[in-house]
Amino acid sequence: MFGITAALALAGGVGVIACRRPVHSALALLLVLLSLAVDYLLLDAQFIAVLQVIIYAGAIVVLFIFIVMLLAGHRGEGPGAGARLPAPLAVALCLLFAVGVLAVLAGPRAGRPPAGTPGVAGAAAPPFGTIQDVGRALFGRYLLPFEAASVVLLVGVIGAVALGKRLPPPDAPAPGGPR
Amino acid sequence: MSVPAPFYLGLSALLFVLGMIGVLVRRSVLIVFMSIELMLNAVNLTLVTFGRTLGSVDGQILVIFVLVVAAVEVVIGLAIIVDIFRSRDTVDIDDVDLLRG
Amino acid sequence: MTAAVLIPLLPLLGWLVNGLWGGRWGRRAAALIACGTVAAACAVSVMLLRALGTLPPDARHVVIDLYQWIGTGAVQIPFRLLIDPLSLTMAVVVSGVGTLIHVYSAGYMIEDEAFTRYFAYLNLFMAAMLWLVLAGDLVVMFIGWEGVGLASYLLVAFWFTRPAAARAGVKAFLVTRLGDVGFLLGIFLAFGVFGTTDFTAITQAAPARLALGGGIATALALLLFLGATGKSAQLPLYVWLPDAMEGPTPVSALIHAATMVTAGVYMIVRLHAVYVRSPLAMDVVAVVGAVTATFAAAAALVEPDLKRVLAYSTISQLGYMFLAVGVGAWSAGIFHLTSHAFFKALLFLAAGAVMHALGGETDMRRMGGLARRLPLTTAAFAVGALALAGIPPLGGFFSKDLILSDVFHTGHTGLWVLGIATAGLTAVYIGRAFALTFIAPPPGGHAAAHVPHDPPPVMAWPIAALALLSLAGGALGWSLTQPGVLDRWLRPVTEGAARATAGSGPVAEAVLVLASVGAALAGLVLAWLIYVQRRIRARSETVRTVLAHQFYVEDVYHAALVAPSRALAQEAATFDREIIDGTVTRLARAVGAAGAALRRLQSGYLRHYATFVLIGALLLLAYWMWQ
Repeated sequence: MFGITAALALAGGVGVIACRRPVHSALALLLVLLSLAVDYLLLDAQFIAVLQVIIYAGAIVVLFIFIVMLLAGHRGEGPGAGARLPAPLAVALCLLFAVGVLAVLAGPRAGRPPAGTPGVAGAAAPPFGTIQDVGRALFGRYLLPFEAASVVLLVGVIGAVALGKRLPPPDAPAPGGPR
Repeated sequence: MSVPAPFYLGLSALLFVLGMIGVLVRRSVLIVFMSIELMLNAVNLTLVTFGRTLGSVDGQILVIFVLVVAAVEVVIGLAIIVDIFRSRDTVDIDDVDLLRG
Repeated sequence: MTAAVLIPLLPLLGWLVNGLWGGRWGRRAAALIACGTVAAACAVSVMLLRALGTLPPDARHVVIDLYQWIGTGAVQIPFRLLIDPLSLTMAVVVSGVGTLIHVYSAGYMIEDEAFTRYFAYLNLFMAAMLWLVLAGDLVVMFIGWEGVGLASYLLVAFWFTRPAAARAGVKAFLVTRLGDVGFLLGIFLAFGVFGTTDFTAITQAAPARLALGGGIATALALLLFLGATGKSAQLPLYVWLPDAMEGPTPVSALIHAATMVTAGVYMIVRLHAVYVRSPLAMDVVAVVGAVTATFAAAAALVEPDLKRVLAYSTISQLGYMFLAVGVGAWSAGIFHLTSHAFFKALLFLAAGAVMHALGGETDMRRMGGLARRLPLTTAAFAVGALALAGIPPLGGFFSKDLILSDVFHTGHTGLWVLGIATAGLTAVYIGRAFALTFIAPPPGGHAAAHVPHDPPPVMAWPIAALALLSLAGGALGWSLTQPGVLDRWLRPVTEGAARATAGSGPVAEAVLVLASVGAALAGLVLAWLIYVQRRIRARSETVRTVLAHQFYVEDVYHAALVAPSRALAQEAATFDREIIDGTVTRLARAVGAAGAALRRLQSGYLRHYATFVLIGALLLLAYWMWQ
């Protein structure tokens, strides 16, 4: 199962960065997100999986597609007139990074849980992924960040409204008229 | 868990790197943004994997917050992008070089 | 007696007033202020002279301390004035001739734009010179010494927009500076030997402290003499004086004939107690004086510029004065100083009248036949010329003859011969000057646009006064057998230092007199024959060339001192520009270049910035992995 999701995720990832048209990239992103949602299920993180689908796949991608359509008429990437950053260099750097990360993750220090935590392949099921478990943690230990997150959301909403509002021309009679 | 952790971590790393390549190489601002989301998702996967590995729910909590912030970030970011690029005829981020020294 | 401080103070005041507010009240007021202060100083000098005369001869030595100038431990130097026959005589001569020249200047400089600046400087000079002669201490005298040097520079380079004048001013200052080094070293040595620089103390202590013929005495005398050489234009530091003729003619008359250049002679007479202790130094002084006299007279023979002829003449006559003090004839030297002041100033002022009439011409080759149009000037110049040549009964005869007589009687026969020869040459060159300027018809007619005329009264009266003084000045020292008036007057000062002059009978004296007068007359006749009658032509071209280049002294100076100095200065300037400035400039440019290079990182492209973040992350990763 993991193999399928992994393959799909990777395919989607390549698609995101490789497609010419933003719409196609958005769809590829959607593929990635859904694949990851399945992966979360495989990891017993049901709540997260659901959230992933609702928020990411459901809202964010939709928003992306809206904006893509809004800016649809604009010229995309022209010929390399701007920064002279050769793609091979960027790719090389990134692969270097990947190597490093993998070395860290798969290396001698990786995967060793701190003392006192249950093992990897153990059948013991600690309180982990159910919504009750998450909720208990959210409203218990992490109550403050939870509330702060709601403030962040509020700020985001206000910001979005403010940014989206078009300022009237200086000699307009009164704001609030028809746009 | 049927598949050992390193596989998930490997997938996560690959997705992250793919996202990074997209940020550095692509010039369409929307695709750059999507690449950033890709990177965030990769990180989420890592967090969940480690949470599962260590049997702690903290990983998921962090993922929830990452999700929240990512959502807000997308909203604000897209608003800004619309602001900047609607008046221009292009979505090429190389055209916004006003910080050039 | 304390009123003596007024003598230098009044002209100083004049300098301040004219310097600060000179232009405000018009030219007449400026001239009045300037002449007035000097005339007042002269009056005070005369009054003090008479007052001094009422004192018994032994008491004619008044010291006035004005203010404690330097008072640190061992070095105690007040502003001290010394009033005695010598200083007052000098003061009277200086201020008297100075007054006449100030008045003359009011007419001569009337058309000049910097009228008030001229009189300010002239007053400054008078103040410094009077301070010099009244000083009672070597260091205090040095103040005046430097002051006249400064004023001389300012006045020689008065028309400083003219390059030749500016150069001449600098040359005058620098050459006398060389001499001043000697003077300063002499002051230090004197302080080291005597513990003080006060004249009275030195005079009293010299016999005790200075071994007769000793090295210290000789060194001290010669060092001070070096200063005198510079200031009084003797070999080898005379080169500034002919060029100093670039200044206005009254300046030449005052500073470079009558007063400043005599400061060296005065200084030696003042310190005769020291010189007496070193016969070697005195011989050096005498020889230098005699040689200079001859040398300068020879150079004057071929000089075409009228003022420069007079300049060389001054050098030559100063040589006589040094010759005199070198053999111990102190009062004879002062006597010649006085009579020379009269007739040389007269000659210069008359030359100025000629220039005034011809619109500034000084080249004698373009002059001639002025006797008819400028009768008064001609007569005045003639009087001066006769006095210079030493024809009795004019003052110049008496003073020059007295010197020659004293030289002979002290046994310096060789120097005496030089003195006679110089007298002959003197007559020739001044006769030549007179003939070329006034008698001989002009080569191609007068080229001047001016119609030559005698000078206006404001210039004519001072000339007349000086002519009178030249005629009558002989009375000061006149006597064939007995010490003259001046000598008796100066006795308190020079007592105990005069060399024994073997008194000789009237016959021997008469022979000596005939020798000097004969030489003078022969010279005049020769000049007449050459330049008026044009009977004899000068033959040797080599001699003429050598003389025309003043024996190449100037060229030696240039090669040895001037050219290397310029080269060094050039090198220093280049060094400063290239290396020192260059280092700073290159540093600045390097910083700028570094900035420009770094600026390329600020590309404005987000992708570049993101790449940099990635690179940083890579570096951190590497760091962690290494841990």
